Amino acid sequence: MIIFDIKRYAINDGPGIRTTIFFKGCPLRCVWCHNPESWSTEPQILFNKNKCIHCPKCVGKNADECPTTAREICGREWTLPNLIKEIEKERDIMEDSGGGVTLCGGEPLMHFEDALALLKELGKHGLHRCVDTTLYAKPEVIKEIAANCEIFLVDLKLMDDEKHKQYTGVSNKIILENIRMLAEMGADFFIRIPLIEGVNTDETNIHDSIEFLKTLPWERKTVNLLPYHDVGKDKHIRMGSQYNPKGYEMKAPSDETLDRCKQALTQAGFTAIIGG
Amino acid sequence: MNFQIKNPENEGGMNERIKRLRKQCFDTPTTLSIERALIETAFYKENYGTMPVAVLRAKNFYEICKKKTIYIGDDELIVAERGPVPKAVPTFPELTCHSVEDLHTLNSRELQRYTISQEDIDTYEKEVIPYWKGKTQRERIFNHVSKEWEEAYHAGVFTEFMEQRAAGHTAMDGKMYHTGLLDVKARIEKKISELDYIYDPEATDKQQELEAMAISCDAAILFAERHAELAEKMAAKETNPQRKAELEKIADVCHWVPAHAPRDLWEAIQMYWFVHLGTVTELNGWDSMNPGHIDQHLYPFYKKGIEDGTLTRDKAKELISCLWIKFNNQPAPPKVGVTALESGTYNDFTNINIGGIDKNGNSATNDISYMILEIQEELHELQPGLSIHIAENTPDDFLMAGLKVIRQGHGYPSVFNPDTYVKEMTRAGKTLEDAREGGCSGCIEVGAFGKEAYLLTGYLNTPKILEITLNNGYDPIAKKQLGLKTGDPRTFTSFEQLYDAWHKQMIYFVNLKLSVNNYIERMFSLYAPATFLSLYIDDCIEKGKDYYSGGARYNTTYIQCTGLGTITDCFTTIKKHVFEDHRYTMDQILAACDKNFEGEEQMRQYIRNHTPFFGNDDEYADTIAVKVYNDLVDAIEGRPNTRGGQTHLNMLSTTCHNYFGSVCGATPNGRFAHFAISDGTSPAHGSDSHGPTAVIKSLGKLDQTKSGGTLLNVRFTPALFKRDEDIKKCASLVRTYFKFGGHHIQFNIVDTETLRDAQKHPDQYKDLLVRVAGYSDYFNDMTEQLQNEIIARTENSAV
Repeated sequence: MIIFDIKRYAINDGPGIRTTIFFKGCPLRCVWCHNPESWSTEPQILFNKNKCIHCPKCVGKNADECPTTAREICGREWTLPNLIKEIEKERDIMEDSGGGVTLCGGEPLMHFEDALALLKELGKHGLHRCVDTTLYAKPEVIKEIAANCEIFLVDLKLMDDEKHKQYTGVSNKIILENIRMLAEMGADFFIRIPLIEGVNTDETNIHDSIEFLKTLPWERKTVNLLPYHDVGKDKHIRMGSQYNPKGYEMKAPSDETLDRCKQALTQAGFTAIIGG
Repeated sequence: MNFQIKNPENEGGMNERIKRLRKQCFDTPTTLSIERALIETAFYKENYGTMPVAVLRAKNFYEICKKKTIYIGDDELIVAERGPVPKAVPTFPELTCHSVEDLHTLNSRELQRYTISQEDIDTYEKEVIPYWKGKTQRERIFNHVSKEWEEAYHAGVFTEFMEQRAAGHTAMDGKMYHTGLLDVKARIEKKISELDYIYDPEATDKQQELEAMAISCDAAILFAERHAELAEKMAAKETNPQRKAELEKIADVCHWVPAHAPRDLWEAIQMYWFVHLGTVTELNGWDSMNPGHIDQHLYPFYKKGIEDGTLTRDKAKELISCLWIKFNNQPAPPKVGVTALESGTYNDFTNINIGGIDKNGNSATNDISYMILEIQEELHELQPGLSIHIAENTPDDFLMAGLKVIRQGHGYPSVFNPDTYVKEMTRAGKTLEDAREGGCSGCIEVGAFGKEAYLLTGYLNTPKILEITLNNGYDPIAKKQLGLKTGDPRTFTSFEQLYDAWHKQMIYFVNLKLSVNNYIERMFSLYAPATFLSLYIDDCIEKGKDYYSGGARYNTTYIQCTGLGTITDCFTTIKKHVFEDHRYTMDQILAACDKNFEGEEQMRQYIRNHTPFFGNDDEYADTIAVKVYNDLVDAIEGRPNTRGGQTHLNMLSTTCHNYFGSVCGATPNGRFAHFAISDGTSPAHGSDSHGPTAVIKSLGKLDQTKSGGTLLNVRFTPALFKRDEDIKKCASLVRTYFKFGGHHIQFNIVDTETLRDAQKHPDQYKDLLVRVAGYSDYFNDMTEQLQNEIIARTENSAV
């Protein structure tokens, strides 16, 4: 399977201290995405020109030879046993902190078979599993994943379908249906709302999101508000692509906005947490 | 879980008295006092040679206690100072005598200034300096050492702690709270009466030492009595009835302690303070003096006071806060031979232990432990240092409360693991009970409180020894042949050959250091016995022997090894790129180091980014680190010292990794010349890139129980400590590290931006305390080099 990062001491990707596995490839193209290198399923070479020391002869495509890692291969093939071995290194801290492993991306469900195999193996090893997903996938896929993980972390980006298409490239219809399905199945999940001033922090979207969440038979009732920041910009430069090509206005939410969203959720009976 | 500070009536923080005392302490400049030197010099002139040295030292101490200017300030409840006024630091010419030039430098340098008047400098020049010429401990040491030792010392292969200060690192157990000095004196007299001058060949020596101890009891009692009298005089004149009553109480307290065992919390605190001052007045021991597990010692008095209605929590907190101010009133004595640029610190490394376990292994955290955390957070002074002790059975609440103080970013408290350090001590031969009553003093060094003389003797620069090895025994910086000729590494055909060569050099330098350690220990035994401190360290009275002569129950000598991260990275670089991958030849690496990587940035970058380094939970590097560590242990451990004890190692660097880096050329791991080497057992700067959990796993592979302490610095940005949820995760990190056998971990909670801004606008960051090594210091008081290093320490930002 193609993994582009393994992050230890991940403290914002579910309960406790976790190791997060980043799958490469995503069906969505969110304009604000902070890791656009996860979009393509193919390994890529990223170039960070700040690190470049202009060697007389550049290693070019042979990025592993780049002295400074200015050129870096993003996405490597991992075998399941090797991945498990890497994850096992953190067993003690996962157990002591009530943490575990989070599958993230990209979109892990885009790699259904690999993701499922990994989750099953983690289950055999007794490790707690989270899946951070857009839920842009077939219901059967989600059902099978749900049987093999403890918690989902699900993004709720925009309620207006036209806007959703405009900003993420796909319709939210499947996503909202799948959220409902998860709730009805009794699966455990957190909702995460990325807050981007200018895109989804308006009263209407927040109101509609809350109204939607209220209709769910959902025990956890916990929403993480993730304030937008523009780290994606730098990643696009490294990929040689353009960030926000259509020039949408996107800003980090002000403290007032964060507060307003948090209050609205709290008043509706949800637990709102700023940050992951 | 309840994260609230307990007893909400105290949320108001410092009361008005403590605010005033704290302000006075912060506003008072640090000065140098020549009073002690004058009293001592006059006494020595008249008496040296007329009595045994132990008695001479005790009478000298008595003379100081009798004659020194005493001070009781407005608002004070706990009284007495080391100098004539707060923050006036005495000198100790019998150990090391400041020159006129030193005094001028100290008076005028920008950092850590000690002001002194021209008049005092003139008096010092006339009265003090001539007498001590040729008679100081420092001269005794430097006149004795071999050329090889001196050259290695000046090249920075090792340092020597005891050339300027007496060995210290001493912490107290609870006995002073149960026994007054009159009882102690009676015990001493009984001991003298029982001496057997026929069958005990040491009886005369013992008699002299015991008599000296008895004089030391009298001296401390006299010192307290003088304060009682002064308080009475002040009370008689005082018109404010509240203050009058306070002064009368002070007089009562000082009449009672230290002659008798304390009866209430006030007396218990004043008791400790007199003992503290006695110790730092008779000699200038490293790490001043330390009350040890003060929460355990004070708790019975607190409990009794609360129960019988004579004490409230607020009053108890006020009294303990007064003690905290007293600690901060005692800046460390300055060194001699100082340069204007050299940075020192006012911090004298009192490291108070709270939480942890009692002698039966039960959790010892009590309400005073929490109260002290509150005090530390409210006062945030430079001194005293504070550490929380987190055993497996320590409540999570206490760890969380401690981490919340750490979050403030003042650098305190550091975090220690009793479950490991008890094992360190029992492994080194201490009984389980004595080990449990022990803890950590100074930076991270472990000791059996109240029962052990553990002398730290100096740092060993392991990367420097590698540099010397890579140059066949020659030091390219000092331009001298310092080590053995272990061969030109260009001719080596395997990594093992290089490692063996380093190993030979390391043993050579350890031996060189030990030979002088033993000599210095004898000099302290012969010329500077600590007859007052000996009263409080078991079994000095029982044995009739001084603290410096093997009187303590346990007698340890430590060598502190530094640079484990740096040397490991150097070894992995050479192993991988020269002997395994053949990417570079040894000659290429050595040539690059020689020219400080000039023109070799490509190589340097490749090494920095493509070598397994220590601190990443990478077996390749960690295996080498473990080997280096074990070989250091084997080289040092178990060597006999002069006091019937043994030498051990610990892994501490304080700020010495800066000095050691400054004398070290560029190293194979891509470190530029003169840049700091790694601190304590932390990974080298910028070497760890897999987060704090990988760091603790790497560190967990060292059998830390073989040391007398290790040190791990982790720098966290405030972002990682924002929410209670994050603090909880940090608490798990601590718990897991300790499960791996970690001895110590400390957190610097600051962001780089803040620090850069503090460099630019020092005025706005006057109270910015950051953790340096085993202690915290004001960022403003540091050299630019040290500031830069603090900034460069890997920032574990998990955004």
